[in-house]
Amino acid sequence: MSEFSLRMNHVFKRFRRGQQHDSLRDLIPSLVKNAVRKDRERALAPQEFWVLNDIDFEVKKGETLGIIGHNGAGKSTMLKHLSGIMVPTRGSIEVNGRLSALIEVGAGFHPDLTGRENVFLNGVILGMTRAEVRRKFDEIVDFAGLEEFIDTPVKRYSSGMFARLGFSVAAHLEPDILVIDEVLSVGDFTFQRKGIEKMRAIAKGGATVIFVSHNLQAVAEFCERGILLERGQIVVDGPTDDVIRRYLDTAVNHDERPARGPVRLVGTKISGAGGETGTFQAGSRARITVRLEAVASAEKVAVVIQLFNADFYDVFHTSTQRLGQPPLSLEARQKAECDFDVDLHLGPGTYYIGAYLYRYDTESEYDHVFPATSFVMTTDRDSRGAANLYPVVARFDAEPTVPDMQVLAPLRAPDRSPA
Amino acid sequence: MKEALRDLIRNRELLYMITWREIRIRYKQSVMGLLWALLMPIIITSAGLVVRIAVSKVSGRPITAADIGGIGVKALPWAFFVSALRFGTISLTGNSSLVTKIKFPRLIFPLSSVLTSLFDMAIAIPVVVVLLPFVGARASWNILWVPVLLLILVILTAGLCIILSAGNLFFRDIKYLVEVILTFAIFFTPVLYDASVAGKWRTLLMLNPMAPILEGLNSTVIQGRTPDMSWIAYSAAIALLLLWGGTVFFQRLEPRFAESV
Repeated sequence: MSEFSLRMNHVFKRFRRGQQHDSLRDLIPSLVKNAVRKDRERALAPQEFWVLNDIDFEVKKGETLGIIGHNGAGKSTMLKHLSGIMVPTRGSIEVNGRLSALIEVGAGFHPDLTGRENVFLNGVILGMTRAEVRRKFDEIVDFAGLEEFIDTPVKRYSSGMFARLGFSVAAHLEPDILVIDEVLSVGDFTFQRKGIEKMRAIAKGGATVIFVSHNLQAVAEFCERGILLERGQIVVDGPTDDVIRRYLDTAVNHDERPARGPVRLVGTKISGAGGETGTFQAGSRARITVRLEAVASAEKVAVVIQLFNADFYDVFHTSTQRLGQPPLSLEARQKAECDFDVDLHLGPGTYYIGAYLYRYDTESEYDHVFPATSFVMTTDRDSRGAANLYPVVARFDAEPTVPDMQVLAPLRAPDRSPA
Repeated sequence: MKEALRDLIRNRELLYMITWREIRIRYKQSVMGLLWALLMPIIITSAGLVVRIAVSKVSGRPITAADIGGIGVKALPWAFFVSALRFGTISLTGNSSLVTKIKFPRLIFPLSSVLTSLFDMAIAIPVVVVLLPFVGARASWNILWVPVLLLILVILTAGLCIILSAGNLFFRDIKYLVEVILTFAIFFTPVLYDASVAGKWRTLLMLNPMAPILEGLNSTVIQGRTPDMSWIAYSAAIALLLLWGGTVFFQRLEPRFAESV
């Protein structure tokens, strides 16, 4: 039997919608109940729900596990339990080895401190000793590519630089178990690749890696095993590709997600010339409509649409910002709609549409649904791959047959000397 | 409790770094720099001076240099107490992103507030020491009591910070309560005056665990006398009780911090 790294034994976690304790009158009885441990067994009260519902799995040493699920499925809560930040209502968690959790890049960074000071601070917060940070300092700065700015206060950093430095510190932790939540979604593309390479190196070194991401391609590439979470339960546990496929097949109901930011997505659909449909002929024009609603007043909202194919490859994405459309500011309860017209020059297969809302200037995410909807591409010409280049066979004929002697001729070494 | 101590020792570098961060931020962008550490004690002493002058006008008893020295010596620990409590109370809520994102003993936050304020006091102490001969302090071996008194002070402050930080995480109005109490506490604590002015009510005044510490500092540093042992023991007992009870209380609530903050 191979050694386990991490084990969750029938873990339950009860959450309450809204405020936890508003008054002492509320807190004290619950403390007393907690003290006698009866509270663990009781059923759900109204307003309560299981954010983790009987989570039971084991991760072997050296395994790479990807956790996927829609927003609000319980992924982050699960990671917080794994890393010991939260304590389960029922069940137990066993951790075998030094665990480092990277739930937010640059946690503890202080804007007034310089990059150098923050590296030390963050390194120690994440569990290194000062001597360790000192030893790895050059490597960390080099990885982040911030040598010139290391003595500048981080408040002058761009969000990308901030994220790079934060990730870089965490990437040099050398833990036995590394838990990563969505941190690679920050930074530019090259840095994301670099981050995945680094994680791969950590995994190669024998560490167990648990990875949560919306970047399905990264999960598919990186993890051998996947877990799909839905409403706090493990729906599928198996090889990553199977799990992702299953995930893509469960379209999201926009309304079932808990509200997070001031503005949320309420619907995403794709329609063709004849109205809403799920099947398109290659080359046809389609309209992707994203509907959003402000819960509270929201400023500078920009919309992103993204297209994935069944291999989780990011086929295409764009945003209102990229297309030169100014962002919208919405008042509470105000609704908005955004139409993107696209020409579907796509190869045959299933495609998944994701929609994101973010704040234009700070690039912080407001809401995100993936897959929001899906559609199938058909073509009269059988071709494979993401793009459809409308191939036509222009010529396909054999050359006239020739006598045997001449067939041998090309076998002689060709004369490669320049003329 | 034993576990808490072991946790803290294991995370001493973190305690150091968080304290360092607080100190660094506090002094980095301020024009006055280290003078900040002196500002509070100077204001407290000045206020005490005004009160004393007014009292001496009424009573006809002239103020002595030792009176002023006494206020100065008590102003430092009082400034420490107030600033540690103020920062300590909001230490968990102010670091909510760390509380919800990273696992480590959260006791570090209130304790680092205590250490940060202790640093301020450590800067101001030499200034007071230099001034002591000019305010008629009587040098004696009783000065050796000072570290003991300061230790009791730190334990008392830490205990309160631990309790208040956890309390404020669940009930945000505790912060305002602390502000109000600290604003007026100086009237109920013998900082600007001596406990003896209360006459037969002195005992009532001394029940405030801060009072014996401040009185003790005044008698050992300025008057060269031994402190009032039974009251010192009382303060020490309260301080240890608060630290112990506070830690137990804190740790009982700690698992719920991340979801409540």
